Amino acid sequence: MAEALLTVKNLSVDFHTARGTVHAVKDVSWSVGRGETLAILGESGSGKSVSANAVMNLLDTPPARIVSGEILYDGKDLLQVSYEEHRALNGKKIAMIFQDPLGHLNPVYTVGWQIVEMMTAHGRPAAMARARALELIARVGIADPEAAMRKYPHQFSGGQRQRLMIAMALMLKPDILIADEPTTALDVTIQAEVLALLKELQAETGMGLVLITHDLGVVAEIADRVVVMNQGEIVETGSVRDVYHQPQHAYTKKLIGAAPGKGEIKLLEADAPLLLETKNLKKSYGGFTALKGASLTLLRGQSLAVVGESGSGKSTLARTLLRLEVADGGEALWKGRDLIRMGARELLGVRREIQMVFQDPTQSLNPRMSVYQLIAEGWDIHKLMPDRAQRRARVAELLDQVGLSPEHAERYPHQFSGGQRQRIAIARALALEPELIICDEAVSALDVSIQAQVIALLDSLRRRLGIAFLFIAHDLGVVRDFADTVIVMQAGEIVERGPTAQIFDNPQHPYTQRLLAANLDPDPDVQASRRASIAAQNA
Amino acid sequence: MTDTSLAKTPAPAPRAAPPLLAMLWRDKLAFASAVILLLIVVAALLGPALLGEMANDQNLRGRNFAPFSLARGWQFFLGGDSLGRPMLARLIVAAHSTILIAAGTVAAAALVGAAAGLVAGYMGKTTSQVIMRLADVIMSFPSLLLAVVVLYVLGPSIPNMILVLAITRIPIYLRTTRAEVLEVRERMFVQAAVVMGASHRRIIFRHILPVVAPTLLTIATLDFAFVMLAESSLSFLGIGVQPPDITWGLMVAQGRPYLTTAWWLAFWPGLLIVITALALNLLSGWMRIALDPNQRWRLEARSTAPVSAKPASPTHG
Repeated sequence: MAEALLTVKNLSVDFHTARGTVHAVKDVSWSVGRGETLAILGESGSGKSVSANAVMNLLDTPPARIVSGEILYDGKDLLQVSYEEHRALNGKKIAMIFQDPLGHLNPVYTVGWQIVEMMTAHGRPAAMARARALELIARVGIADPEAAMRKYPHQFSGGQRQRLMIAMALMLKPDILIADEPTTALDVTIQAEVLALLKELQAETGMGLVLITHDLGVVAEIADRVVVMNQGEIVETGSVRDVYHQPQHAYTKKLIGAAPGKGEIKLLEADAPLLLETKNLKKSYGGFTALKGASLTLLRGQSLAVVGESGSGKSTLARTLLRLEVADGGEALWKGRDLIRMGARELLGVRREIQMVFQDPTQSLNPRMSVYQLIAEGWDIHKLMPDRAQRRARVAELLDQVGLSPEHAERYPHQFSGGQRQRIAIARALALEPELIICDEAVSALDVSIQAQVIALLDSLRRRLGIAFLFIAHDLGVVRDFADTVIVMQAGEIVERGPTAQIFDNPQHPYTQRLLAANLDPDPDVQASRRASIAAQNA
Repeated sequence: MTDTSLAKTPAPAPRAAPPLLAMLWRDKLAFASAVILLLIVVAALLGPALLGEMANDQNLRGRNFAPFSLARGWQFFLGGDSLGRPMLARLIVAAHSTILIAAGTVAAAALVGAAAGLVAGYMGKTTSQVIMRLADVIMSFPSLLLAVVVLYVLGPSIPNMILVLAITRIPIYLRTTRAEVLEVRERMFVQAAVVMGASHRRIIFRHILPVVAPTLLTIATLDFAFVMLAESSLSFLGIGVQPPDITWGLMVAQGRPYLTTAWWLAFWPGLLIVITALALNLLSGWMRIALDPNQRWRLEARSTAPVSAKPASPTHG
């Protein structure tokens, strides 16, 4: 192991909240050396970002309070240095990039101005800063750097913005780059490119890279060593390969076990009756065609996955089927009746049969309604089950079915964790006994271990109740575990379709192949062999 | 494989929500505000019947009688006005018209403004445009001028004043409501309701209005003090409340010339306006939190504050 550049020693941070003191991180120690990549892996609430924020002096004190520990860089304890000294190090010696580049770029300045400012703020001449900015923008793979300098952040795609953030972070040739979930908001193919870029840049500059992530695949792809965190404590630390193949701690084992994409592939039962058939469904917004004629069929009890990257039209497909958007052309036959041209009265009946589970349960549940009210709302709307006692019993039953307890009915959504909220949303969808549930990225906002539980829940509902699922997702592992049939969409078109096994084992379309290649496997050896084969192809 | 069994996840610690009154008692400032407002309302309701005569009883020997003296009886404790009428009695009687006009105006403006704002925000572009341009017309017209014209034509009376003041205040509620509705309408939970088949009425009243209501409540309380002062300027011009009716605003206006010689003429009614506005603000702030399930814990937590705050306070620094 290389000599440590940055060392965090026995760091403990508390947060004082109205509900008492929360120990955000307890006695955390890690270090990163020159040219080394350290991954800090953990689920939400594990405290994985806290120690990095302490390094950057980004913790708000209060409510946070650093109870003990030291952060050593270049012989100095960063927790003791003055604000001005810290500022001189931030950006110059230790730089950071974030999950959401749009939120961290100022929308009213050009990108070039912001990147140059990084250097001028540290007292370098503007001409030199400009030259370096041009060089770096070209280096991170943005075409026509001169023009890019004059553009504003919203004129770039998410992947490009993250590249620009990386360019900005590297302006002063930092010794250490801290990346907090740098690729979480990006599509898989873009994620692979950004990770590859980070790796190349690290090889060129020899900087230490600290990568904070929840994704085992990212760890396997890029990290040398990994620190696994759970509830503010480091439960395991070691080389990526050792931790993956011989996890010691129960939590690590659970985390690795929960990684999607390893279960049995499901087969379609072909004799089920036809539920939904769309023919040449089209939708455009202004001049932009989001959906260029989608045709698909869905059988009772089938789980059909629609995969694709952002902008592929998969969400538009769901929204037109739900009549949240009016399709421009084509038809969607629900049990033989056209959903697109249906009158309001007829539509109300179909609304009962098709339910939706949204991506983010925090937003899809009205915060001012109790769980009981949320679940019972459908009955109010469709004038079902007027009897109150009967309703209470059914709500209790539904909560039990999704793994919550009946006494949760009187609580409000904010009193639950993300996974529990998604279960409430599923219970709400089930309340109307639908025949089809459309899941739009229903598990992608959840932690892996919770994700696995929700997928298992949905699958058991499908088998027991014969509900069909239209499952929209970008995570191929989850799709492989859940779906029996897969549709691949790109730029508003269906480019490939087939049984899950066929799509995963023998993809035909180049885009499907690219998507599968970019999907990161949690096994570091698998990733290493993939990289080797790609390198061999390119050579 | 993972533990995918649907283990009963432990819920956050159950906590019986305390009744609203108990919660109010815990927040001393809000409680005091509620008591003050209750007193003012009682004064407004009973004042004219009990003290009406006394308030208009002129006694030129008691002109501009200095306050804080019981020599002329309790009713002169806050002094006498320029015609020797007891200030205390007049203040209590004036509460009636003041609160009637202010509450009436704010309620009418908020109701109409919110309703129009909900329609403008929820409906299509054309309806929204029509409503918004109407609001622009009202806003671009000097409100005092409008009031003068209307009251001159209709004749000054309390209902007419409420009408005029309400019209000038409507755009404030309308614009705020519309802006919030436009945002809330796009929220996921509203779309979830659409997918379930909820009617427009249900979406507006069950999903959108509760989110918008706290903002409206806050504006309404701020507006209360504004209306009291606007009413006084109309009364000052002689087209508002007509003597012998009195309001606090009118008392402030009438007491202004005597500010250097008899400060209490303008000071007491002014103080009452400030106290009323402040009490309303404090209470509405409390209500906004108490009625929001997301925020309610802030109030509930206060009961346990001595327990949780103790370790926190000495460590900080």
